[in-house]
Amino acid sequence: MEYFVQQLLNGLTLGSIYGLVAIGYTMVYGIIGMINFAHGDIFMLGGFAALIVYLILTSFFAGIPIALLLLLMLLVGMLLTGLWNWTIERVAYRPLRGSFRLAPLITAIGMSIVLSNFIQVTQGPRNKPIPPLVTDVYHFGAITISLKQLLIVVITAVLLFAFWYIVNKTPLGRAQRATEQDRKMAALLGVDVDKTISITFIMGAALAAVAGGMYLMYYGVASFNDGFIPGVKAFTAAVLGGIGSLPGAVLGGLLIGLIESLWSAYFSIAYKDVATFAILAFVLIFKPTGILGRPEVEKV
Amino acid sequence: MAGIAETETSNVMSKAIKEGLFAGVVAFFMFLLFVGIETYQDINNALVWRTRWGLLAIFVIVAAVGRFLTVGFIKPHLDQRKLDKAKSGVLEISDKKSFFHTHFLKIALIALLIYPPVSVMLFGTQGSLKYVDNFGIQILIYVMLAWGLNIVVGLAGLLDLGYVAFYAVGAYSYALLSSYFGLSFWLLLPLSGILAALWGIILGFPVLRLKGDYLAIVTLAFGEIIRLVLINWTAVTKGTFGIAGVAKASVFGIWSFDVGASNNFAKSFGLASSSAYYKIFLFYVILALCMLTAYVTIRLRRMPIGRAWEALREDEIACRSLGINTVTTKLTAFAIGAMFGGFAGSFFATRQGFVSPESFVFLESAVILAIVVLGGMGSLTGIAIAAIVMVGGTELLREMSFLKLVFGPDFTPELYRMLLFGLAMIIVMLFKPRGFVGSREPTAFLKERKTVSGSFTKEGHG
Repeated sequence: MEYFVQQLLNGLTLGSIYGLVAIGYTMVYGIIGMINFAHGDIFMLGGFAALIVYLILTSFFAGIPIALLLLLMLLVGMLLTGLWNWTIERVAYRPLRGSFRLAPLITAIGMSIVLSNFIQVTQGPRNKPIPPLVTDVYHFGAITISLKQLLIVVITAVLLFAFWYIVNKTPLGRAQRATEQDRKMAALLGVDVDKTISITFIMGAALAAVAGGMYLMYYGVASFNDGFIPGVKAFTAAVLGGIGSLPGAVLGGLLIGLIESLWSAYFSIAYKDVATFAILAFVLIFKPTGILGRPEVEKV
Repeated sequence: MAGIAETETSNVMSKAIKEGLFAGVVAFFMFLLFVGIETYQDINNALVWRTRWGLLAIFVIVAAVGRFLTVGFIKPHLDQRKLDKAKSGVLEISDKKSFFHTHFLKIALIALLIYPPVSVMLFGTQGSLKYVDNFGIQILIYVMLAWGLNIVVGLAGLLDLGYVAFYAVGAYSYALLSSYFGLSFWLLLPLSGILAALWGIILGFPVLRLKGDYLAIVTLAFGEIIRLVLINWTAVTKGTFGIAGVAKASVFGIWSFDVGASNNFAKSFGLASSSAYYKIFLFYVILALCMLTAYVTIRLRRMPIGRAWEALREDEIACRSLGINTVTTKLTAFAIGAMFGGFAGSFFATRQGFVSPESFVFLESAVILAIVVLGGMGSLTGIAIAAIVMVGGTELLREMSFLKLVFGPDFTPELYRMLLFGLAMIIVMLFKPRGFVGSREPTAFLKERKTVSGSFTKEGHG
């Protein structure tokens, strides 16, 4: 039982990270209907930004408090990746809006290749390890909770609440939902569609950057090809939860995290990714719109 | 008049300067951490950093100047050209095609047939290896894969992101069956195609109900599953170590390319021993396989099933209401596309002599799909051109040792291969979103054949 709860906690931690990345996929898909393949690499960029900020700060201020250090790592990561995603959208996706559907998908795949190879060229192909930042652990009977797990879950929860608030309660969120429902009509009613889409990309990138920073904190290592597998899993999470739906993305992320850690604990660690993808295929075959997705009405 | 034009130019110029400065600022912050700071491990294996302000300055200047030139000169020029074109009225389409245009296919085929002997004559037996193998065979493998995927994506409109799975099935079928049972290439080539086609049907069944992006993600998942199984099923596939020493193909069992064999090709003809003969032979094999793919595709397009594919691509509901069985239509597309992937895979295995899961990552699927889309979906010529430009271009980069003189001896062009490939994908898509050959001729027509502009057709609605 304790073992099960322990694995549940591990799954929850991993699932939070996937959920944060999945929101970026689902929002971009919801608002302009494209798979932003480069989003996984944005997550990787966020991790690298956090890593470099960590190196600079610790070399200048040796005794910097961990809380401040973490905050700055995540904040700089959010700002920088937000800027990156804004530029990417401007350069590679906006000119192709309204073009045929596969064109932005191809530029997104190209962007993903460019980003991971850019980091490989500029920062080198080797893994970048950092010493563990947060080492405290708490014991509850036989169950161990580490502070970093707790941090990840709490930060995720706070961000999700902030996000939910922005999307549902603010004028910006209203503009986003209007653009998602009908871009042309929203533009006619005075919504600045281009700006709204840009902000959506920036918001998605900021969440991915936080996820990337926390991933670095959790595993203590960053690599240029870290973007692909977590990216695909997060996208799987978004599809599993029903692409376009925000609660769905979080639910999907948590499910994927749980499946992964429970499968590695009870069956085989080697086939954990196979399990994730197989479950995705199963869910889509029986419920093609995902768990919380709205059924797509096909118009003739 | 002159005054207005002048203020317009000065407006454009001030806008260009503003945009250029803005781009410079954006680039400064974008590259500040990733280019301006270099992280590396010191002797104690601890991660440390140093600054690279010079490189950062180059990035910022390139971004600023590039944006300035784009806004100030290139964009007005393009707009002007578009305006002139629009003013000149109806687009003139000349019916008379040039000699080159009408005989394009014949010329291309002859050029390909004489390519190996010519490169042997020019560069010697050993020197031709590079041209026949690195350029010829490499490009033709991608042409074949892209033509195979074209059946699924270009004709049937089913977005498949896991095509490399069938390539892997073909390669492993050949590698495993030949090393465990000692079967020959010519027996296993069709067999790997059939096995890959079976996998196409097996993977196609569950995704019949899925559309567009859902289909894309599930096929991607299947591709990854097959790769992960190949990695983890070490008892059979030897995992990441791969299978080495895969048997070479023979000339229909008459001549062998194994050095020790009594019927060795070079010995039988009294030639000096060289691996170039094997590569030249393989070049003709893959050329024949490509021709087979093209022939089958062209013939199938004129058959009911090909028409059904194209109908399915354009409108699935209309297709179904006309009584077309969409299940068999989709499954045949998957199966036939997969079959060609399987052929290419078994050819790949015999050419490399080594297969490992490393060769079948998602990036390969992405590259193949990129070639199909960049070429202009459905157009065989366009896809072949895209394969030559994209694959040949990146191979060419390996040859550019003269760049070492410009950038110093540490410069390795190979490192930038995929970076440039990705950039090329983006740039081609931005300028030609419909691919190199964007218009196509309908296969079915009422009275006369009219060229349909790509923008009138709807594609990729899976």
